[in-house]
Amino acid sequence: MKNLLSIDDLTKAEAIEILDTAVTLSNLSETGVKKFPTLRGRTVVNLFFEDSTRTRISFEAAAKRLSADVINFSAKGSSLSKGESLKDTAMTLQAMGADAVIIRHNSSGAAHRLASQKWIDGAVINAGDGTREHPTQALLDAFTIRRNLKNDQGDLKGLKVGIVGDILHSRVARSNVLLLSKLGAEVVLIAPPTLLPVGVDSWGTSVSYSFDEVIGDCDAVMMLRVQKERMEDLFFPTEREYSRAFGLTKDRIAMMKESAIVMHPGPMNRGLEISADSAESNKSVIVEQVANGVSVRMAVLYLLIGGATTRDLETHLGENK
Amino acid sequence: MSVVLNGAEIARALKRISHEILERNHGSSDLILLGIPTRGVAIAEQIASDISGIENSEIECGTLDITMYRDDLRLKPPRNLFPTRIPASGIDGKNVVLVDDVLYSGRTIRAALDALNEIGRPRTVQLAVLIDRGHRELPIRADYVGKNIPTSKNENVKVHISSVDGIDEVTIESDLK
Amino acid sequence: MNTWQIKNLFDVHGKETELNVEAGLFVDQFSQDAQPQTIDARGLTVIPGLVDLHTHLREPGREDAETVLTGAQAAVAGGYTAISAMPNTLPVADTAGVVEQVYRLGKLHQLCDVYPIGAVTVGQKGEQLAELTAMNQSEAKVRIFSDDGHCVADPLVMRRALEYVKLFDGVIAQHAQDPRLTENAQMNEGEVSSKLGLKGWPAVAEEAIIARDILLTEHVGSRLHVCHLTTAGGVELIRDAKKKGLNVTAEVTPHHLLLTDELAGSFDPVYKVNPPLRTNKDVAALRAGLADGTIDIVATDHAPHPQESKDCEWSAAAFGMLGLETAFSICYMTMVKNELMSLSELVDRMALRPAQIARYENQGEIRTGNRANFALVDLNSSWTVEPEQLKSKSKNTPFAGMELPAVIEKTFHNGALVFDRRG
Ligand SMILES: [Zn+2]
Repeated sequence: MKNLLSIDDLTKAEAIEILDTAVTLSNLSETGVKKFPTLRGRTVVNLFFEDSTRTRISFEAAAKRLSADVINFSAKGSSLSKGESLKDTAMTLQAMGADAVIIRHNSSGAAHRLASQKWIDGAVINAGDGTREHPTQALLDAFTIRRNLKNDQGDLKGLKVGIVGDILHSRVARSNVLLLSKLGAEVVLIAPPTLLPVGVDSWGTSVSYSFDEVIGDCDAVMMLRVQKERMEDLFFPTEREYSRAFGLTKDRIAMMKESAIVMHPGPMNRGLEISADSAESNKSVIVEQVANGVSVRMAVLYLLIGGATTRDLETHLGENK
Repeated sequence: MSVVLNGAEIARALKRISHEILERNHGSSDLILLGIPTRGVAIAEQIASDISGIENSEIECGTLDITMYRDDLRLKPPRNLFPTRIPASGIDGKNVVLVDDVLYSGRTIRAALDALNEIGRPRTVQLAVLIDRGHRELPIRADYVGKNIPTSKNENVKVHISSVDGIDEVTIESDLK
Repeated sequence: MNTWQIKNLFDVHGKETELNVEAGLFVDQFSQDAQPQTIDARGLTVIPGLVDLHTHLREPGREDAETVLTGAQAAVAGGYTAISAMPNTLPVADTAGVVEQVYRLGKLHQLCDVYPIGAVTVGQKGEQLAELTAMNQSEAKVRIFSDDGHCVADPLVMRRALEYVKLFDGVIAQHAQDPRLTENAQMNEGEVSSKLGLKGWPAVAEEAIIARDILLTEHVGSRLHVCHLTTAGGVELIRDAKKKGLNVTAEVTPHHLLLTDELAGSFDPVYKVNPPLRTNKDVAALRAGLADGTIDIVATDHAPHPQESKDCEWSAAAFGMLGLETAFSICYMTMVKNELMSLSELVDRMALRPAQIARYENQGEIRTGNRANFALVDLNSSWTVEPEQLKSKSKNTPFAGMELPAVIEKTFHNGALVFDRRG
């Protein structure tokens, strides 16, 4: 594994290896071990072209617990926001000797571009690219489901996961569909037809327009953030109508299985896709997701740059010559 | 390849180590054994069981994975992590005995001391190994040794433990490539 | 001067032939005092110079991407002897002044005929008709009008434009793209876009405009040319319009005959083009449409862009790809090698038919007395596309590294040797 750009890059075994590694790290941190010397001397760059404090902080915490040097590079709002800036920025990071670049960008495929153009030889980790993917979010979601419903073991066979809301614009949904399917879970997408992409029938999931009909079958319900601006683009008539049909409410929580859990990648629009009492119900693992995010991102960083990297091997070869 | 210790000899060596640990620590109270994965764990469990047999009381035994503390991580692709299990009462103020299969350069034990340091502050840290094959690169020595085996650097000492490898024996082979 | 005796040629039917050119014209027999230069063209095939009705030359305004000169150099390297400059320049070619400037640059360079296409509306804004008659009556004699890059989306504006060009037997070349259905669209809408998370450009946005324009054309009795058809549904619409006997013609680009939206998965913007690459099903329908004559012509939509416009993330990149230098090879490979049409039919779609639609004289056929516009091609040889070797000022070819059949060896414009691969 050189980069983590898409869940598609991972085999099932690799995905489980990440989750298992995250379990070990998470258990260690419960033992009180907060810091490891593992990435001492490694430089990790948070390259954020789009605001996302929570994702950035999560990666930063993960890198720091592994003793990496962290550089935060926020390109948003500066003159670098379009066009060749991605390339220029990459060249700068390359010159600084970044061992890993964690990139968040509003353009789908930006992380692939960074990794494929040889602008940079460090590892590239996709922290969200446009409406394409957000692989570490999917990994932390799978970790959370596995911890709650599978006792931290193996894959997710036999579980049914409902992903609810703005599938069309959601990178979280895309990565989750790929990963959950890879791990053997059954996925049902629940959304109004306007918020499902044309072509969704090729995703290998089922689709439902009725939350009430399927919520009782789900072992986990993943609520997606719905942006209010979507209303202006005619994706749904009013917020009220949306939350009536697709919001998670106390009444819907009551329809869920005893063991089922409620998830949300955050930030939440309370009152739109999720009611305040649902977010805080005993089925909610939303706060746990945040903690798990750090463990999963530590695992990813460890597996990508904890051992010998391509560059290490090249330097080593160079020395031998 | 030659067998330098067979199953019975291993059992005898571990039993002797168990007695030495008890003697040195004046009994088993405040004693914790921490095995270093993978084979150190099985050895620690055997010593714990021997000690329990002698003392007629349970002794605390855990595992300590030192992968994240190794100084040679960047020479190889990333290694799998093993779980670390510290007994619930913790290690503060305890006599911790680290248990490993082979003592060689001493780097593993250095990493283990770093790892321990993150977990707590034991009263003493001691080291038990089944085999000491020499060639230390750091000022580290074992408190309890099953058998000293002088080796040359191009020899390979392999410890087989039945719970991991299906057989109890220690072999030595030359690394003739 | 410009007098040639070219021996040992094949014609487009594979028959052995000879070609005589005297003082820039095709002749049967040389006059008595003619002193032809002789070329032994053993193994080569002669085709009429190709005619492109859809070229972006970028001059004036974006000379960093292409100029009339470099565009013409690329054209002749691709076997073209006439190209049609789209008006989306800076300023837009919406006045007699701008079209004449482009026309004169073409004349000056003497590489191939450069015919400007005029904008339909002022500034290509889709609101107010440009002075179409003035452009028609200028030295450039503009007959094709297009807002290419943009669609003439307002139905009333389109209706008026179609009616108005009847004044001088003009034609409206429509870039069919419903703007509301394609806001910020990045690639074909379908399976692939759903997975890549790139905003979709649905086939229906093209087909809805084509359907509407066909109805308007029928209603006002005018002439419509549909640019770069990309969808199976669009082919059907054109087929039906032709059945009805309407004066509707259509073009397809070489890239839409070969490439599909799967390529967007690389996120390499060299595959970003408007209208977008579609699916295998569309490619098959386009090939069938070209083969059966539903689609009249091949046009390149040659769209040069400087490196920085492509060396970035997908959504920030410019739309468009080069076409002039690879068009013949791509079409020969997809249509003739695949036995969907004969060489003579392909040449008809790439030379004579476009010349007829545009009413370009002395182009598209090898006819005694005409100006000698032709190319010599080696059909049995192949070449590898190397961007750095292309004549175009830009390098954004999606075919880089591909080995293609059919090598254009020499191109003659008005009897002058304007391109020679070996020299
Ligand atoms: Zn166009």
